[in-house]
Amino acid sequence: MGNRQPRDLFPGALEMMILRTLKRQPLHGYALVQRIKRDSDDLLQIEEGSLYPALQRLLKEGCVEAAWGVSSTNRRVRIYKLTRTGAKYLERQVSSFEQMLEGIARVLSPVKS
Amino acid sequence: MNALRRMFSRRRLYSDLSAEIAGHLQEKIDELVASGISREEATRMARREFGNVTLLEERGREVWQWPSMESFFADVRFGLRMLRKSPGFTVVAVLTLALGIGANTALFSVVNGVLLNPLPYPNSDRLVTVDASKPQFKRGSISYPNFLDWHRLNQCFSYFSVSRGTGFMLTGAGAPEELDAVAVTSDFFAMLGVKPILGRSFTPEEDQIGMGHVVAISADLWRRKFSASRDIIGKEISLDGKGYTVVGIFPGHFDLPMYYFGQTDAYIPLGEFANPVLSNRVAGLGIHGIARLKPGVTIEQARADMQRVTNYLAQVYPEADKDMGTALTPLKETIVGKVRGFLLLLLGAVGFVLLIACVNVANLLLARGNTRSREIAVRSALGAGTSRLIRQMLTESVLLAAVGGALGLAFAAAGTRATLAALPSTLPRANEVGMDAHVLWFTIVISLCAGVFFGLLPAIRTARHSTYEALKEGGRSVSPSRRHAQGALVVVQMALALVLLAGAGLLIRSLSQLWKIDPGFDPNHIITFNLALPPQMNRASPAAIRAALHNFDAAIAAVPGVEGESLSWGAFPMYSEDDQNFWLADQPRPASEGQMYNMLDYIVGPDYLEVMHIPLLAGRFFTASDNENSKAVVVIDEVLAKKYFPNGDAVGKIIDQGDATHTFPFEIVGVVGHVKQWGLDTDSQNSLRAQLYFPFMQLGDNVISVVPSNSNVIVRATGDLLGLTDAIRAASNRLSKDEVLTNFETMHEIIESSLAPRRFAMMLLGAFAAVALALAGIGLYGVIAYAVGQRTHEIGIRIALGAHPRDVFRLVVGQGLRLAIAGVFIGAAAALILIRVLSSFSQLLYGIGGSDPVTLIAVAAVLLAVAFLACYIPARRAMRVDPMVALRYE
Repeated sequence: MGNRQPRDLFPGALEMMILRTLKRQPLHGYALVQRIKRDSDDLLQIEEGSLYPALQRLLKEGCVEAAWGVSSTNRRVRIYKLTRTGAKYLERQVSSFEQMLEGIARVLSPVKS
Repeated sequence: MNALRRMFSRRRLYSDLSAEIAGHLQEKIDELVASGISREEATRMARREFGNVTLLEERGREVWQWPSMESFFADVRFGLRMLRKSPGFTVVAVLTLALGIGANTALFSVVNGVLLNPLPYPNSDRLVTVDASKPQFKRGSISYPNFLDWHRLNQCFSYFSVSRGTGFMLTGAGAPEELDAVAVTSDFFAMLGVKPILGRSFTPEEDQIGMGHVVAISADLWRRKFSASRDIIGKEISLDGKGYTVVGIFPGHFDLPMYYFGQTDAYIPLGEFANPVLSNRVAGLGIHGIARLKPGVTIEQARADMQRVTNYLAQVYPEADKDMGTALTPLKETIVGKVRGFLLLLLGAVGFVLLIACVNVANLLLARGNTRSREIAVRSALGAGTSRLIRQMLTESVLLAAVGGALGLAFAAAGTRATLAALPSTLPRANEVGMDAHVLWFTIVISLCAGVFFGLLPAIRTARHSTYEALKEGGRSVSPSRRHAQGALVVVQMALALVLLAGAGLLIRSLSQLWKIDPGFDPNHIITFNLALPPQMNRASPAAIRAALHNFDAAIAAVPGVEGESLSWGAFPMYSEDDQNFWLADQPRPASEGQMYNMLDYIVGPDYLEVMHIPLLAGRFFTASDNENSKAVVVIDEVLAKKYFPNGDAVGKIIDQGDATHTFPFEIVGVVGHVKQWGLDTDSQNSLRAQLYFPFMQLGDNVISVVPSNSNVIVRATGDLLGLTDAIRAASNRLSKDEVLTNFETMHEIIESSLAPRRFAMMLLGAFAAVALALAGIGLYGVIAYAVGQRTHEIGIRIALGAHPRDVFRLVVGQGLRLAIAGVFIGAAAALILIRVLSSFSQLLYGIGGSDPVTLIAVAAVLLAVAFLACYIPARRAMRVDPMVALRYE
C-alpha cells in the first residue's frame, strides 16, 4: 500500500467517520472535512457533496444533533454533536467492519486441513 | 421529534441547510483567498470541489421526505426494470411460482366447487337426506308404507320426498336406448326448488298405485331424441313397450346421492309402480328420501321429531317396525362427506409444494441480493434507509409473485380440466367445479402472501449487509449469516419434500398391498355386461322368460373364445348388493325381521363358479337340473358357514327365507370361498359379509318377471376381451333384434374403479411429491453451485497449498449432504406425526402401520440420492478450479 492516492470511500464509511470524529468533539461541517482529512494523513478525501446529505441522514436517524453556534474563526455555523444513539450505532458499525476485515484475513490465511 | 412537528419545522430545516451550505462555501473561499489565490479563482475552485449546490440541497432535503404513492409506483417501475434486466432469474422464479400457485389454485377450485359452494338449489342448507336405520343397517331403504306414515305424521319437514332408481328401454324414437330413470314422489321437484323448463311436475293423484302412466324427461333427452320440440308435452313415448304421456321437461343434471347412474333422463311417479311388493312394510326396494326442514327447525329437532314418529309406528306395527329408526344427514354431507378427507389431504400436500417453491425463490433472491449489493450500496449511499430498501425489495418480490400468480391462474384453468379428467367418476359435483370469485380471491391472497413470505428474509438480509460487500470490487464474499440463511432454507425444503415423498410412498405401498389382496375370485379374462330382453318379454309368462334366458345362455356359450358364461341378478361383486333375511330351520323363527340373520344374496347360473374361479370348499355347486321344478337349494360362502355352522356341518342343513307369514326352506348343498363384495379395502370393515347363492332358474314366478328388463351377464373368455363384444352382440342379435346389451366392462376395470379414489389421491400426491423433489433438488443445487462460485478463490488457495481434488470434492459434497441429512431428520419427524394424524381419520392408508419404516427409509434414500446429484455437478466444477486463475483475481 505504498501509493498515497486518495481512495474512494465505501458507503457507510463516511457516516462512520463523521460519528467517530464527532465523538471527540462537536464540530461544524467545514471543520469536519478538515479534521477527517488530517486524521487520515490525507489518505481519505471527503466529498463535500456527500457530507451534507450524510449529515441530514444522521440528523434524521437521531445519531447527531445540531445547533447554531459560533466557530473558532468567529463565523455563525451549525455545530453537530454526537448523541447516545449515534454512539451506539458507531459501535455496531465498527464491530461489523472489524468482523469483515477478519473474514478477509481468514480467507487469505493458509488452509487448515 | 415527532412527524407532526417535523412537518411544520421542515421549512426551517431546509433554510438551515441552505444557510449552512452557503456558510461552508464561504469558509472554503476565505481559506483559499488566505492562501494567496484571487477571490474569483478561489470561488471557482471552491464551487468546483463542492459540486452542484442545488442538487446537494435537494438531496439533503430528500432525506426528510415521506414515502408516498409516487415512491411506490417508482418502486414498481424500478422493480419491473430490475426483473427485465435479469431475464434468466425472472423466468425461473416466475415459472416456479406459477407452478406452485397454479397447482394450489387448481386444487382449491375443486375443493371450492365440491366442498365449499352450496348445492345448486334454493336454500340448499335446509335439505337433508332421510334413510331408514336398523341396528344392522345405518342407512337402509325406506319401505313405501313407512314413507307414507312418516310423511303424514312428521311435523318437521316442509317437503319430504322419496325416490328410487330404475331404468327403461326407450323405443320408437330412433335407435332403442337404455334410459336411466328415477321414480319420485310428486313433490320431488318442489322439494328441491327446481322449476320445469316446460310443462309441469306430477300431481299427487298421478302418484298413486296403479294410476296412468306419465313421465317427465330431462332437457338433454328432449334435445337428443325429440329435437327440443315444444309439441312433446302431452305426447306418448314408449318405455319398456308401454305408453307414457310426457307432462314436463326438467333441467339436466342433479347430482343427488340416490342417483347411481349419473345422468338421469326420465322421471316417473313412484306410486304407480304396480308391483304388490311396494305395499310391503318390510320390503327393501332401494327407496331413499330427501326432505326440506321447515323454517326455524334444526336437524336435531327434526331427528327428535322423527324418533317420535318411529316410536309410535313401532307400537302400531311391532312385526315390521320394531327397532326401525331414521337417519337424517345434511344433503351436502351425504354427497361430499366421502371425499372431504382426501380432498383436504391433497390441498395440504399441494400447500407444501407452494412452500417449497417459495423457499426456492427466496434462495434465488438471497443469491441475487449478493450480486446486487453494489446497487443496494449506492441506494443506501443516496440516503435509502434499511426499511426503505426492504420496501423496495418486497415490492419486487410481490411483483414476481403477482406475475407468477397470473400465470398460475392460467395453469390452473388447464390444470383443473386435467384434474377433473383424471378424477374418479365417484367425485360428486365434479360438473360444478370452475373458476369463480372465490378462486380468484384465493389466488390473489396466496400470491401476495407468497410474495411477502419469500421476499422478506432476503430483503432484510440484503438491506442489512449491503455495506460490506460494496467495499470489495467484486463483492465476492458472502456474509456468514447469509450463508446460514440459505442453508436453513435448504434444510426446510428437504424436510418438506421428505414429508410429501413419505405420504406418496405410503399411498403407493398401501395400493400395492391392496392389489395383492385376493378378491376371492380371479378377475382376469372376465367381461361383464347388462342384458335387457326385448320389451315385450316384460309381459311374457314366466315359462317364456326362462326359455328366452336359456336360449341366450346357449347362444353366448357358443361364441368362439367364450369359456364359460353365467347370468347374475341382484348382486355383483364390488358393484351392487342385495340383501336378504333368513333364519336357521332348526331354530325357532325370530319374532321380527330385525332379529333375523342378514346376508348378501347372489342369484346366478350353474356355471358361475367356473366363470369366476371361486373355490368350492364342500358339497357341490348348482347344475342345470336345479330348476323351477326341483327342490330349492342354496350354496353358502365360508363366512356364513363359519358363523352359523362352526362345526363344519353346513351341507345338508336347511335355512329359511320366509317372512312373517310364510316359510321358504332351502337346502344347503355346498360351501364356497368368500368374495370381497365391498371392494378390496373395505370388505373386512363391513358388517354384512356372509354370502349366499341361489340358482337363477329357481327364481319364483312373481320375481322372474322383473328379470327381462335388466340382468348382469358374466363371461370368461380367452384372448382379447373387448374384441369379443362384437361377437357377443352378433350372437344376441341373431336371437332378437330388440335385445339390448350395454355396459361392457372387464372385471379388472370394475376392481380398478373400486380403488379409483385412492388411486387418484395417490397419483396426485405422487405428482406433487415429484415436483417437490425436483424443486428441492434444484434449490440445493443452486445453493451449492453458488457457494462454490463464491469460494472459488478459497478453493484455489487450498489447491495451491496442496489440497487434493478428492478433498475438495468431499468438502463441497459434505456441505450439501449435511444440509440434506438435517432436512431428512426434521422431515422424518414431521412425517411421522402427520401420518399418524392422517391415518386416524382417513381410510386411505390400508394395511400400513402409521409409521412404515421401509417406506420412510426408501424415500429418505431417494432424497439423499437426489441431494448427492445436486451437489455432484458443483463439486466436480470445484475440483477443476485452476489455482492460478483463481488467484489472479486479486
